Amino acid sequence: MTDLLYSEEEEALRSAVRDLLTDRCDAAAVLARAETDTPHDRELWKALAEGMGLAGLLVPEELGGQGATHREAAVVLEELGRAVAPTPYLTSAVVATEALLACEGPEATELLAALAAGRTVGALAVSLATAPGAPFNGVRHEEVGDQGGALHGELTGIADAVGADVLLVPAGGGLFAVHTAQDGVTVTPRTSLDLTRPLATVTFEGARARALTQDADAAVRRALRAGAALLASEQLGVAEWCLTETVRYTKERHQFNRPVGSFQALKHRLAQLWLEVVGTRAAARAAADALATGSADTDLTSALAQAYASPVAVRAAEEAVQLHGGIGMTWEHPVHLYLKRAKADSIAYGTAGAHREALAGLVELPAP
Amino acid sequence: MTDATELRLRTEEFLAAHPPASTDRGDFLKARFDAGLAWVHYPEGLGGLGAPRSLQAVVDAELEAAGAPDNDPRRIGIGLGMAAPTVLGFGTEEQKRRFLRPLWTGEEVWCQLFSEPGAGSDLAALGTRAVRDEASGDWIVNGQKVWTSSAHSARWAILIARTDPEQPKHRGITYFVCDMTDPGVDVRPLRQITGEAEFNEVFLTDVRIPDAHRLGAVGEGWKVAQTTLMNERVSIGGMRIPREGGMIGPVAKAWRERPELRTHDLHQRLMKLWVDAEVARLTGERLRQQLVAGQPGPEGSGMKLGFARLNQEISGLEVELLGEEGLLYDDWTMRRPELVDFTGREAGYRYLRSKGNSIEGGTSEVLLNIVAERVLGLPSEPRTDKDVAWKDLAR
Ligand SMILES: Cc1cc2nc3c(=O)[nH]c(=O)nc-3n(C[C@H](O)[C@H](O)[C@H](O)COP(=O)(O)OP(=O)(O)OC[C@H]3O[C@@H](n4cnc5c(N)ncnc54)[C@H](O)[C@@H]3O)c2cc1C
Repeated sequence: MTDLLYSEEEEALRSAVRDLLTDRCDAAAVLARAETDTPHDRELWKALAEGMGLAGLLVPEELGGQGATHREAAVVLEELGRAVAPTPYLTSAVVATEALLACEGPEATELLAALAAGRTVGALAVSLATAPGAPFNGVRHEEVGDQGGALHGELTGIADAVGADVLLVPAGGGLFAVHTAQDGVTVTPRTSLDLTRPLATVTFEGARARALTQDADAAVRRALRAGAALLASEQLGVAEWCLTETVRYTKERHQFNRPVGSFQALKHRLAQLWLEVVGTRAAARAAADALATGSADTDLTSALAQAYASPVAVRAAEEAVQLHGGIGMTWEHPVHLYLKRAKADSIAYGTAGAHREALAGLVELPAP
Repeated sequence: MTDATELRLRTEEFLAAHPPASTDRGDFLKARFDAGLAWVHYPEGLGGLGAPRSLQAVVDAELEAAGAPDNDPRRIGIGLGMAAPTVLGFGTEEQKRRFLRPLWTGEEVWCQLFSEPGAGSDLAALGTRAVRDEASGDWIVNGQKVWTSSAHSARWAILIARTDPEQPKHRGITYFVCDMTDPGVDVRPLRQITGEAEFNEVFLTDVRIPDAHRLGAVGEGWKVAQTTLMNERVSIGGMRIPREGGMIGPVAKAWRERPELRTHDLHQRLMKLWVDAEVARLTGERLRQQLVAGQPGPEGSGMKLGFARLNQEISGLEVELLGEEGLLYDDWTMRRPELVDFTGREAGYRYLRSKGNSIEGGTSEVLLNIVAERVLGLPSEPRTDKDVAWKDLAR
């Protein structure tokens, strides 16, 4: 039976992460950082990854990780979403880690341990917009004698490549590890809609690479599926913040001699949003639990979670902007960070439409 | 003079006397105003000919065909859409002569000092004070305004201020034209969600406004402001556009030119919005025809609502449609744009900027209340703020 609740340990984990984020990641700091050249908060990452050991949640203990499950990682992502935290948790500790877990051999094992320890940040070099089952681009691979060879080509839309130490790059059907601090690798930051999750174009000109697996397809699919499934928990966090903050604001903000939250036109909308957030939580928990237990329902629940959570998070953020009135349109007020994250998340790892399409196949309700 | 043929002839004569190719832009615009071809429905001498409003289209078509310069309505939108009809409706002859011509030619940009940190939807709750200086007869204004679009490039502002705090809130307000070059006016950029600073905070400290710059009677400012607000909504929602002329245009174009972006899901959503956009356009067109036929309808109140919803839904779809490109933004640099542009730049900008369409000029919630109460005649919510002196209201 799918366990859709939070365990005591998970609640304890949540409060630890929330406390840290309350101390170290307030909205003003996130906003200030977004406008610098170092979009990730390295100190915060250190505290989360090394201090609390969260980067290794999905990695078995014998490989240097915490041996926890996707259920715990999902709780972490809820909190990171609630704070629009500028950290590469989803991309490194979930997506890159999952890709490595699909590989065998010493190269992958070593990298996994490094990622789990939080000392090394990894990123899968597949466009953030790619849905789990969709085709993805790779670059050209050239044998040069050693175990890996050299890579040539360009990949776009790579989330958190800025700040990553290692890229996992599909090339010639295989997956390769490429250190970013070497000749032949250029990471060019692009201006991202989501100020807290930077995108980059990466180019390889004879970059030295180490082979991780011959079957990039399987590794990438696994990674993207976990990304999509757990993204729903981040979206839940984003939506919850938007709802809570808007409820708080509309209780306090007075117009016409009364709190604007007392107008039924607003009350019903916020109540409706609450219902959708409740639904998002159930869907996100189902997806995390399926991954954690290796359930046969994993594809279905992750597509379901994305099909549901993406539009809810976007709507929650849009409602938050609207119900804050003019102040919601300002740069100073943090709600725009959530809107930008929610909108970018709705494209990340496949749009709701792409996931509905995947579902149609899975539940045998095919298109006409 | 009301006839289209006659007006066409007049425009042709004007063009012959002022060939756009060889006439300075400023001179051309001034001459156009003086010829009564600026807004034909305004009185003679004030840029018009006292003709039906609908005939403006005849003039505009002729001028456009001849490649005549326009007065860049995007830059001077608040002046054209809001200040001008208010000055025309409530100004003295002298005020009309002083303000309307440079307003229309774009020599003088206007802004709107209405909203305050404590008074947005409930605009009549505003607290900026204007006190009469008995010696000079001038008004001395103190207070703070906010979300003021274009204040940084404006020469004049329409301003509402409280002149009698003892009266209930709607009755103690007076309407002024404020000189933005007065030393007491301090304009500070307020950056917005798109990265740029289109609007401002405006601090007013002992700003001196001559009584000659009052619009309408003392204490009657709310009535005057109603004219401004009504025109604001019409000017935001009432643009005349061709098919696919609005936000749907760029999305339709991307769809036609880039088959790789197409999915069944997006197609259904695109077609729904295409239908909505075309119906909204036809509704606006029908409203204009009703006006010409002398049967103004209440549909005008709905136009801005529809415009906001459509812009938001379409631009939201566009970002999603673009996929990986939709994850990018063009430029977050803080800038102070000269013109207010809803559709310009890229998809991400359109998405974010259009969020303001349901807030600026009255929020959609407030406009829906207006439709429910004034159009449908539904009873209003119980109100506790109507008959209490402003100074005694909870804020
Ligand atoms: C892009 C932009 C440009 C602007 N330009 C100008 C300008 O040039 N000059 C100027 O003076 N102002 C300008 N404004 C201000 C604008 O008019 C106000 O923001 C608007 O009237 C809302 O007021 P508020 O921000 O105080 O929100 P609030 O009134 O505090 O509203 C908060 C929320 O409560 C809702 N609400 C309020 N009352 C009710 C009700 N009775 N029933 C149901 N819901 C209600 C609102 O709809 C909103 O969702 C601009 C605003 C924006 C966003």
